[in-house]
Order: sequence, then C-alpha cells, then structure tokens
Amino acid sequence: MIEIRNVSKFYGAFQVLKNCNSSIARGEVVVICGPSGSGKSTFIKTMNGLETIDSGEIVVGNFRLAPGVTNLATLRRTVGMVFQNFELFPHLTVLSNVTIAQTKVLRRGKAEAEEKARSLLARVGLSAHLTKHPAQLSGGQQQRVAIARALALDPEVMLFDEPTSALDPEMVNEVLDVMTSLAKQGMTMVCVTHEMGFARGVANRVFFMDSGEIVETANAAAFFDHPKSERAKAFLAKILKH
Amino acid sequence: MRVDLAALVSAWPFLMTGLWFTLQITVVGVAGGIIFGSLLAVARLSRNRLLSGFATAYVNLMRSIPLILVIFWVFFLVPWAIGWFTNHGRPVAVGASLTIFVTFVLFEAAYYAEIVRAGFRSISAGQYSACEALGLSKFHSYIYILFPQAIRNVLPILLTQTIILFQDTSLVYVISATDLLGAATKIAQRDGRLVEMYLTVGAIYFIICYAASQLVKQLQGRLSYGAR
Repeated sequence: MIEIRNVSKFYGAFQVLKNCNSSIARGEVVVICGPSGSGKSTFIKTMNGLETIDSGEIVVGNFRLAPGVTNLATLRRTVGMVFQNFELFPHLTVLSNVTIAQTKVLRRGKAEAEEKARSLLARVGLSAHLTKHPAQLSGGQQQRVAIARALALDPEVMLFDEPTSALDPEMVNEVLDVMTSLAKQGMTMVCVTHEMGFARGVANRVFFMDSGEIVETANAAAFFDHPKSERAKAFLAKILKH
Repeated sequence: MRVDLAALVSAWPFLMTGLWFTLQITVVGVAGGIIFGSLLAVARLSRNRLLSGFATAYVNLMRSIPLILVIFWVFFLVPWAIGWFTNHGRPVAVGASLTIFVTFVLFEAAYYAEIVRAGFRSISAGQYSACEALGLSKFHSYIYILFPQAIRNVLPILLTQTIILFQDTSLVYVISATDLLGAATKIAQRDGRLVEMYLTVGAIYFIICYAASQLVKQLQGRLSYGAR
C-alpha cells in the first residue's frame, strides 16, 4: 500500500530524514516511535505530502510522490490525517467539520454528506454533539471528531501524528478505542505515538526512528521483548521504566 | 451671538442628503476596501514573488501618502489618463462621486489588507495543514476555512478602521463634494450660520462614531468560539 524508497529531507544543512526505506502492506497497522526530534513527525507528514522530500520516492496506492511533484489531489483523497492538536475548524459546527471536505472535495450532495457524517459521528460516539462548536467539546471528543472528519473522505490509509499527546490522561483511552476499532476493521494505519500499550496491543509492526533514520523495524511483540539495536534498548529503558 | 434653530430646521434636509452621501462612501469604501484588501492580503502571503512584491509595494505606497493627495490624483489625473489611453486627446470627465468611490476603495484597501493579513497570520499553521490534508483547494480553503477565521480574529480592528474611514470621508470637501461636512459648509457660507452648522455636524459625527465604538466593545466580548 505504501512504499518508501531512499527518502531524504534536509532543513538547510541539517538532515531530518536519512535515506528512509520501508513498505507498509494494505491493512497493516504500523506504529512509529522514537525519541523526540528523531524525525517521526516529519516522516509521517511526507506520506501525504505535507512535508516535501528532497530525494527518493513514496508510492501510496497508485500515486507516486517524488521531489517536485505538486498535484497532490489524488494522494490527499487516498490518505486521511489526524493531528496532535486536532485542528478542527473552530468556526464550524461538528457536523459541518465532517461534511465540508465531502461537499467541496468529493462534491457529494449536502444530504449524502450529512448522512455520512452522522453515521461516522455515531461510530465515534458523538451523535449528541452535532450542532456544537469544537470549543464546546473536550479534547478527547474533538479528536474523535477529527477522526470522523478524516474518515468521511473514505481514505485507504489513515495517518495519526501523536493523536493523544495533547490530551488529558483520562481522555486518551476514548481516542485509542476508536483507533483500535478502526484497526480491527482493516484500515491501513500509520501512527506516531508514545502509547506503548496501543503499540503492543494493536500494531502489527513498530518502526523505531532515531536521528532521522529508521533504525529498527520489527513486529510489535518482538520489538518490545527483544529490541535488537542499542538505541532502541536505551529508548525502551527510558520510557518503560515506571 | 444668538443660535438660530430655524436655520437648522430649514437646512436639515440638505444636511441629510450630505449624510446619505457620507454613508454611501463609507459603505462602498468598506465593502470594496475589504474585498480588494483581502485579495492584497492573500497576494502578500503568496509564495509567488511577483504577486507578493506587487501587493507589498501597493500597500506600502498607499499607506505612505495622505488620503487627500490620492483624492487629488484620482480627481485630476485619472481624466487625463483615460483620455490618453482612449486616444481622446482630451481629459475625459469622471464624476466626483465615482472619483470618490474609486479613491476610497483603492486607499482603504491598503489598510484593510494589513488588518486581514494580521488575521491570516493569527491562524495556526495546523489549520493550513488540515485544509491541505483534507484535499481542499487553495480557493476553498481561503473562502470556507481561513477567511472566516481571519475576519473573526480581527473584527474589532476592522470596525475601528471603518470608524476612521467614516471620519475620513469628510476630506472629500476638497473636490467640493456634498458629503455631510460639505453640505454643512455650503449652508454655513450661504447663510452665515457657521456655529449652528459645525456644531450640528460635529454632534452627528460624534453620535454615529460613539455608537459604533460601543458596538465594537460589545462584539469583543462575544467573539470567543463559545468555550464552555
């Protein structure tokens, strides 16, 4: 589903991504973890073209992304994204947040878009909040709206960039539950997250990144129980200590 | 000296004609200024160097010269320019009202552009990313997502600028247009009733501007997105 070949990216002289290679199959759930500043967030954003790349190529479905490719409409239709800070549109109601891209990008009729939005919002447990504005919802509720908004375009891949990092601890699970059920329904998912419980329980594979490199890829259980690289061992020792 | 209220009563309809023109200039200036100004703001933020260079130069030029000079330019030079471009050989007369409308739109757009640009910059980068990630076109992003937020974030400043615009309309007296102040001046000079006329128009400007600024205050309290 996603092929990443020799991807590098620079900020000026600083290399954020160093010759990254990987391949993600349809229906697979991949968690990307690593210390902060390791390039995880930049890496996931290259997969829908929010970050440009300086060399290499990324193939998502039938779309080939390479340096200089600018018409990303097809890519954006294939890939949905959920952000750390939700990024709901604050001036629109919950329902409008989920319908706007359907009507403007996919040119669905209003009734069809609203029906789709209602069913997705029901799926994430927010049917009671359709007419509210984002600021009237809790962080966890906002993030679930954001997931519904991305799903409304029927993406084949969902990217999650630290979806629970901005949440109060008691709201983390409601978002992870939605992500887990999405994974069980066979969605191809790439998640940058520090939720190691989710990684171990739901992910098929873990990519460990450090200093812009994919240092280690392993299936989730193997990664946590027997990390191969020293850097992964050091990272796991730090985050799993308590 | 005796204040003559009868003079005021007989002058009232003419003053209202003047006020009507003042309000027309304000409405055209605000509407045209915000539309053209928003385009300038988007152009200034554009990655296209030519576009942003033009918009920046335009805004800086307009903000560096007095409004009264722009009124003169448009009034005296545009007829020549039109005559020259259309090979008339002679200046082509442009009505005072049209001159004034065009001037105010061109001039105020520069100020509105800076306000709207500040509005766009107050929106987090994540909102731009969200628009992109959803595949919204630039046009749709600006119309449905970014512009409404930008305007909302700077609404009090926009209204304050509008109050300034309303007062600046009085400058059109230099080309003998009959706005509120122009009407008052004409009657004051005809009837020798300077005190009555200038006190009255002063009161009218004050009431309108004060009411508008109170409205701005009220709005500032209501502009949050309904946080709980």
